[in-house]
Amino acid sequence: MKVALFIPCYIDQFYPQVGIATLQLLEKLGCDVSFPLEQSCCGQPMANSGFASLSKGCDINFVKNFSGFDYIVAPSGSCVLHIKEHLKAELHLEEVSRIRNNIYELSEFLTDVLKVKKLNARFPFKVGLHNSCHGQRGLHLSSMTETMLPAFSKPEQLLNMVKDIQLSNPKRNDECCGFGGTFCVFEEAVSVKMGKDRVEEHDANSVDYITGGDTSCLMHLEGILKRQGSKVKIIHIAEILNSSL
Amino acid sequence: MKTTHSKLAEKFIADEPRTDWHDETLWFVREKRDKAAHGLPEWEQLREWASQIKNHTLSNLSDYLKEFEEKAKANGIIVHWAENGAEHNKIIHGIIQRHKIQKIVKSKSMLTEECHLNEYLQQYNIEVVDTDLGERIVQFRKEPPSHIVLPAIHLKKEDVSATFHEHLGTEKGNNDPQYLTEAARQHLRDKFVQSELAITGVNFAVAETGGFVVCTNEGNADMGAHTAAIHIACMGFEKIIPKAEHLGVFLRLLARSATGQPITTYSSHFQKPRPGQEMHIVIVDNGRSKQLSREDFRNSLKCIRCAACFNTCPVYRRSGGHSYHTAVAGPIGSILNPNLDMKANADLPFASTLCGSCTNVCPVKINIHEQLWKWRQVIAAEGYTDATKKIGMNAMAFLFSKPSLYRFAGKWGRWMMRIFPFVTNNKLNIWYKQREMPESPKESFRDWYLKNGKINRN
Repeated sequence: MKVALFIPCYIDQFYPQVGIATLQLLEKLGCDVSFPLEQSCCGQPMANSGFASLSKGCDINFVKNFSGFDYIVAPSGSCVLHIKEHLKAELHLEEVSRIRNNIYELSEFLTDVLKVKKLNARFPFKVGLHNSCHGQRGLHLSSMTETMLPAFSKPEQLLNMVKDIQLSNPKRNDECCGFGGTFCVFEEAVSVKMGKDRVEEHDANSVDYITGGDTSCLMHLEGILKRQGSKVKIIHIAEILNSSL
Repeated sequence: MKTTHSKLAEKFIADEPRTDWHDETLWFVREKRDKAAHGLPEWEQLREWASQIKNHTLSNLSDYLKEFEEKAKANGIIVHWAENGAEHNKIIHGIIQRHKIQKIVKSKSMLTEECHLNEYLQQYNIEVVDTDLGERIVQFRKEPPSHIVLPAIHLKKEDVSATFHEHLGTEKGNNDPQYLTEAARQHLRDKFVQSELAITGVNFAVAETGGFVVCTNEGNADMGAHTAAIHIACMGFEKIIPKAEHLGVFLRLLARSATGQPITTYSSHFQKPRPGQEMHIVIVDNGRSKQLSREDFRNSLKCIRCAACFNTCPVYRRSGGHSYHTAVAGPIGSILNPNLDMKANADLPFASTLCGSCTNVCPVKINIHEQLWKWRQVIAAEGYTDATKKIGMNAMAFLFSKPSLYRFAGKWGRWMMRIFPFVTNNKLNIWYKQREMPESPKESFRDWYLKNGKINRN
């Protein structure tokens, strides 16, 4: 199974440990993983700011890097959703549709494609799960409190395979953290208030870590936690699933 | 380059305890909605039916409107058509003038807010009393409603007490809700008894019967319409539904989505004027046909004004309704208002994290967050975004399409952040105002991969 690893730009630059954990985890589970070396950004920052028209260069570069693989996997729900919904390249229509259909967020790839039933991971801490909106509502990684459908959660299903982990959900289980791409600067006051409220709910559960499938949400929450001088740390779900503490 | 919404939101959030209270109150309503929806195993089916009925109606709108006009006229209702807010106001002013009326009451009409009817009539020294409790409170305070179902939700009982003390002479500092409601009740009774003309909104107009339904929890649409000699109902043309049997679908969805009630306390059906009464209906376009012609945004006309998207929106709950500076706030307002005035409302589609919760709660399945995304594209293409934002986006697009340049910039950027943290840790960096910057590692993932990845192992 030829898997291409897509490491979004901000993870590449600021959170390399998330990329490393993702790669090691996929290899442990028997995937033949390649990291196309000329990848950069999925184009989401421009598109969500109203400038999808400017993401042509990104789109073409993405297609160039990720053509010809069975699967493309990324540790970021929101970047995956962007590619799934908005990737365009007029000269490569067939490849574009292949990529859109074969790109997966890490936890859905593990549950739905690899059908992982067991992990040799141990993480003896109290962990709060943050459901990121694009993963949850966009990619349907877990059920949503607004809809009247049976409850499920792919990230939770995986975290429950980790030894000695203590999972705790915040009261408002699927409320947005307020990152929202460029929203976090253009609507700074609302963004920070939303983040503070999220952090407070996890704090109430006395967690050691907040985890999730989108490093962008975690980066925003981390910024707030650090400013508050909190002891709570953030960790990407790939790092927990790859952990053997 | 702060937008109007972000500036007003910042002002609202400056009072954090009040913001928390606003957020918690609306979340309580959202939870009530969840409970009510969970009580119906057929909830998702109802949403699907409602969406399809509205879809069908929007595709055959002129036929249903004509049918409604014909039936309504046969019932003895006088039907008027208004192309825009100004025409709507003029029609109502004309009726008031013709009858030389002084005492007017109004209930449940966001459309008259949209058309700025109160301000228009004030120019002619005509006063209209809003009779819904929340709307009366904001009217006293000369504020617009901040929510289409809970117009005074931004106010606490202390604020209401102070307002009533000033306008109704209630006891200063008496915050007892029962006492305050009773004072409003007595005051409004007088207004109802004296009224000569009643204006109401329309929740649903039925083409098949030529009648219409107004939903209220306080019964004041009934009170107004039953005492006054003249009843004017104002409706946006999208309020039409084909048949009376469809009411069952919408009435079950509306109250559950709005407040978590199984049904609104009063669903008042008006079919024809009572003997001696005059009944008018004003059917308003005001940009709706333009929205109907915008393929990507047509769906927004399915809205039944339940405000479930307001209550669930994490941004609305923190920024308050007035931050949206329009009659219809919240997520649905953010996709309706750019149609009315794209320049003035260019900020609204950006006042969202695109979390998608609004789309999930919408009882008629409007793809609200997708339309927000699409409006952003239209607004940027029409040149209504800030110039500096455009320059920044162009630079980013250039950088990301050249992988080697991206890596070069990333490497130097991280180096700068490590060696000279003040480059990012300063007042000009909006991120840093209330958040720390992420740590800047020496190695990118790619750097690590080149040393440790498969290419070296093989």
